Amino acid sequence: MKPGTRLKSAACDTEVMVIRCADGTIECGGVPMGEAKPAEAAPLAADHSNGTLMGKRYVDADNTYELLCVKPGKGSLSVDGVALVTKDAKPLPASD
Amino acid sequence: MNIALLLEMAADAAGDRTALVCDGKRWTYAELLDAARGAFELIQESGVEYVALLDESSEAAVIALFGAALAGVPYCPLNYRLADEDLSALLGRISPALVVGDEERVERIAGNQGHTVFSRSMFTMKAQESFPAAEEREYDPGEGIAVQLFTSGTTAAPKAAILRHSNLLGYILGTVEFAAADESDAALVVVPPYHIAGISALMSSIYANRKIVMLPNFTPEGWLGLVESERVTNAFVVPTMMTRIIDALDKGTTANVSSLRAVAYGGGKMPLEVIQKALERFPETGFTNAYGLTETSSTIALLGPDDHRAALASDDPKVRARLTSLGQPLPTVELEIRDEDGNVLPAGEAGEIYVRGEQVSGEYKEKSALDAEGWFPTRDAGYMDEDGYLFLSGRADDVIVRGGENMSPGEIEDVVLTHDDIADCCACAIPSVEWGEAVGLAVVLREGAAQPEEDAIKALVKDRLRSSRVPEKIRFVAELPYNEMGKLLRRKVKDVLAD
Repeated sequence: MKPGTRLKSAACDTEVMVIRCADGTIECGGVPMGEAKPAEAAPLAADHSNGTLMGKRYVDADNTYELLCVKPGKGSLSVDGVALVTKDAKPLPASD
Repeated sequence: MNIALLLEMAADAAGDRTALVCDGKRWTYAELLDAARGAFELIQESGVEYVALLDESSEAAVIALFGAALAGVPYCPLNYRLADEDLSALLGRISPALVVGDEERVERIAGNQGHTVFSRSMFTMKAQESFPAAEEREYDPGEGIAVQLFTSGTTAAPKAAILRHSNLLGYILGTVEFAAADESDAALVVVPPYHIAGISALMSSIYANRKIVMLPNFTPEGWLGLVESERVTNAFVVPTMMTRIIDALDKGTTANVSSLRAVAYGGGKMPLEVIQKALERFPETGFTNAYGLTETSSTIALLGPDDHRAALASDDPKVRARLTSLGQPLPTVELEIRDEDGNVLPAGEAGEIYVRGEQVSGEYKEKSALDAEGWFPTRDAGYMDEDGYLFLSGRADDVIVRGGENMSPGEIEDVVLTHDDIADCCACAIPSVEWGEAVGLAVVLREGAAQPEEDAIKALVKDRLRSSRVPEKIRFVAELPYNEMGKLLRRKVKDVLAD
């Protein structure tokens, strides 16, 4: 996997673009994400169903992973079972 | 990572919202994306290596930018103000290209270069005509070059600066919050399309879902009129535009500008007097000074609205001086000041500005200017104060070296400009037998002011700085040469002073 890869959730409508990553498994709704959608949707894990928000960036604690949500869905994002959190950047004044 | 993602996301989230207003015509995000996909078809069919724009700002700039991105072909907007000969040479460097704009001129000056040429209306019409569903097409993954911009080349042949998809996306994703704008927000874009600020303005506004209002030809009256009629909330201007807007207001032009929440400026040095007046004239507006270069995908440092108001209100000279500062580096870039040997300098010491980050390309078609660690030497000279505010003293090439002592023109100019009779000035190096270089000064007087004694100007510099900074030669001129972006053409002043 490399930056720029688009991943789709197997359990919901979520799609992300990978901005930064390592060798772990990126999941949504508790199941691994892939470049293609499986023919049959996987069930959404109850503890991974907080939803994703369009345009939000999701990171892990070490900032090794960063995903941009390009399509929202009901599942939430995790890497190897550990939930990602939204990256809260201080808003900058518009400069152009 | 393809920059087309910015438009795709906007069209996904707010397809029916007005994205762009130009010459009275309105475009939604969905319509712009459809047209960009149509442009992809045209680009593919023509088998070109570049997409060029030889035109003023219009919807065609957006469609060409993103159409080229989808096709994986660099978008290269050209400066239509260039002389035929220079423009022909640039067109020759990007042949074969799909050129949008002035058909007659391309035919005349580059007819034998193998370009495919469309007028603006033909291009937009054909791009809208028909396009297959997105899933039937394989769009470019965006691993290459998104934009190629020719530098203005005031000293040598124009260089082809390259911005990759990753640079531009790094900038936008790092600085703009997706869909952060209200539906009533509108950004007035008046920078020409061939300038980096003209390109970043389109991408920033589209990603923020902020309506773009285009003004292809700047006049202060036209600008103020659009602010009122489109209820513009955000705008970017170059310093000369701000000067002219204030002049027009001073001379009695009126407009309801109550919607104007934020004005950013950059592209050249903003005179202290102009920004002070602007703050007074627009008391409810937040001002942002943006510092950036083509090679850095636009802004790398900014002075925000709160800093402006704090500086204006302060009695502390150090805080007040920040009105002329470039502000602080973006959190997403690293910035250092280095001396000629590459050593990092502490606060307060002037040297060359180096910058590093995802948005920093520092790359030309011919070669990369980045050092081994990825730092880009901007060739801008400046220093940082103890609180991390960046001050620009000029281009590194403009530094005057008098008997081994480095002097920045900006420092001398700031002092000279405190003289009541002087409206504008430019300090630059003149040849000196004794010192190698010495300080020359071109001075523009205020309207109606009597010419001051040369000794009075020299004394002013000597008292405030030191004797080595005192200009050896002073010329009074009617005006200083600026380019259309408000950049002072120091080389030309140098020539005048060398005579």
